[in-house]
Amino acid sequence: MKILVCISHVPDTTSKINFTDGDTKFDTNGVQFVINPNDEFGLTRAMWFKEKQGASVDVVNVGGAETEPTLRKALAIGADSAIRVNTPATDGYAVAKQLAKVVNDGGYDLVIAGRESIDYNGAMVPGMLAGMIGANFVANCISLEVDGTNAKAVREIDGGKETVSTTLPLVIGGQKGLVEESDLRIPNMRGIMMARKKPLTVVEPTDANAETKALSFEKPAPKGTVKLVDADNIDELVNLLHNEAKVI
Amino acid sequence: MSILVYTESENGKLKKAALEVVSYAKAIADQMGTSVTAVAVNADNAETLGNYGASKVLLVKDDSLKAFNAKKYAAIIENAAKNEGAKVVVVSSSANSKYLAPLLAVGLDAGYVANVVEAPSSVSPFTVKHSAFTNKAFANTEITTDVKIVGLSNNSFGLVDSGGSASVEGFSPSIPDSGVTVESVDKATDKVSIADAEIVVSGGRGLKGPENWGMIEELAEVLGAATACSKPVSDLGWRPHGEHVGQTGKPVASNLYIAIGISGAIQHLAGINASKVKVVINTDPEAPFFKAADYGVVGDAFEVVPKLIEKLKAFKAANA
Ligand SMILES: Cc1cc2nc3c(=O)[nH]c(=O)nc-3n(C[C@H](O)[C@H](O)[C@H](O)COP(=O)(O)OP(=O)(O)OC[C@H]3O[C@@H](n4cnc5c(N)ncnc54)[C@H](O)[C@@H]3O)c2cc1C
Repeated sequence: MKILVCISHVPDTTSKINFTDGDTKFDTNGVQFVINPNDEFGLTRAMWFKEKQGASVDVVNVGGAETEPTLRKALAIGADSAIRVNTPATDGYAVAKQLAKVVNDGGYDLVIAGRESIDYNGAMVPGMLAGMIGANFVANCISLEVDGTNAKAVREIDGGKETVSTTLPLVIGGQKGLVEESDLRIPNMRGIMMARKKPLTVVEPTDANAETKALSFEKPAPKGTVKLVDADNIDELVNLLHNEAKVI
Repeated sequence: MSILVYTESENGKLKKAALEVVSYAKAIADQMGTSVTAVAVNADNAETLGNYGASKVLLVKDDSLKAFNAKKYAAIIENAAKNEGAKVVVVSSSANSKYLAPLLAVGLDAGYVANVVEAPSSVSPFTVKHSAFTNKAFANTEITTDVKIVGLSNNSFGLVDSGGSASVEGFSPSIPDSGVTVESVDKATDKVSIADAEIVVSGGRGLKGPENWGMIEELAEVLGAATACSKPVSDLGWRPHGEHVGQTGKPVASNLYIAIGISGAIQHLAGINASKVKVVINTDPEAPFFKAADYGVVGDAFEVVPKLIEKLKAFKAANA
């Protein structure tokens, strides 16, 4: 089985979010970038397939040269080779279009992407990619097994979960649950040394225009300070929720 | 050239989010000088969508569509959008709508923006505001394609009863093979789900153990709320994984979020920041959650929550 894991290069969760150029650009100053948490679960599941069932695992990112340390980290975790499509990730559609070309050129059976990235949270790339290449698609995937060309997946739904059966070629939007968090891999010294020798191929982008354009950013209005209610005066809390906040 | 909305239902009953997306679509239609057509699948009371601004409902009745299927449902909406010549398609932010929207975007060659929180600031160019960076910021984004898809964040627009009426027409487009078969669904039917809930009551590690969740459930029941938890709580197996909210868990966009014994770590706040009013109950006055909350009680959950339940019961009785 040939597996492609899509790796999004995102600001670390604890990053302070700021904008520059008149609030039109994300300020990367002092921001540490990491593998998107949802993709980390997918990458670890891919390693499981590789080790237990025999599979090759490539990772891919659409982005500039600055994303290479993130791809090297994925190689250090155990991916066989990495591909970087040399173009900025402008919107979900344009990224999916670039990925579609990589999947078609590489003949992958299974594409594991994250449910969503933690920067734009659009949850659109995996579904769009599946639509473009005509593969089956399972979103919010929390368990995946593959037997030959048949796959069984569990996906999270509002208020529960659902078990589905499908076939390869398949794209999933994966998340926590695909593997236990305690099984997530951290690159070790040997992995880091080996990653240096693994191929990281840079491919030039295909034609793909973005369909959306972020014009400006804003931060939520500063919050007023919390109104504290005495623990012995819970009547007051009920009163505030009813009369002031109007939520009960 | 109407606005098309996909309205979700469950067991024949339209969801609240369905009424909200129609209300929202009506606002866009008014801005653009056009009307709203809704698509509903197996809904029993489709005509009620008229109250919220739909003038026409395309109703698909088909037993083979009982279980949600993203590709089939996307094909239905795509068909309807093409028939109606719709320039804007609105969907909700439920897990199912977020599943089908990217497929629909490819089918319609439409730009799609998810997590939209307001009516468009302009319809020409078509510009919407949506949350980004796990609710730490908003982006104003223009959709540049001819057909546009808007994914509305739940509870962000509210319901607007416009007192209109809708004609309901049967609709039976051809539906493709989906390639994905639902084998089984495991869902507590009597519980409010986090995505649908207007109120969410959430417990953290401060509750000390699963045996103490009785009061959380009781509080949720009094409020008609969904229950949720922080990540360590589900990691410890005190609560099911589906209840974990935050960056790596479920997103919450409720009107009221009550956090009990939760510290308010940034990854937790990322998932719940879209909630409108936040109440925190915590023994530690330095807990970071107090900075994010609207109302706070510095106190022991084991004393405060039973009191809150008692007071709310009295309030409900007095306001029944
Ligand atoms: C990549 C990443 C992703 C993450 N994603 C998520 C996520 O999606 N969701 C999430 O929740 N976390 C997430 N986390 C974990 C997060 O950082 C915190 O560890 C977690 O939210 C803490 O949960 P907690 O507040 O319940 O527990 P604690 O940090 O243990 O806090 C418990 C709180 O309870 C209070 N308390 C104790 N006793 C009482 C009492 N009797 N009455 C009232 N209050 C009491 C304490 O004062 C304390 O503030 C993530 C972490 C990482 C690194």
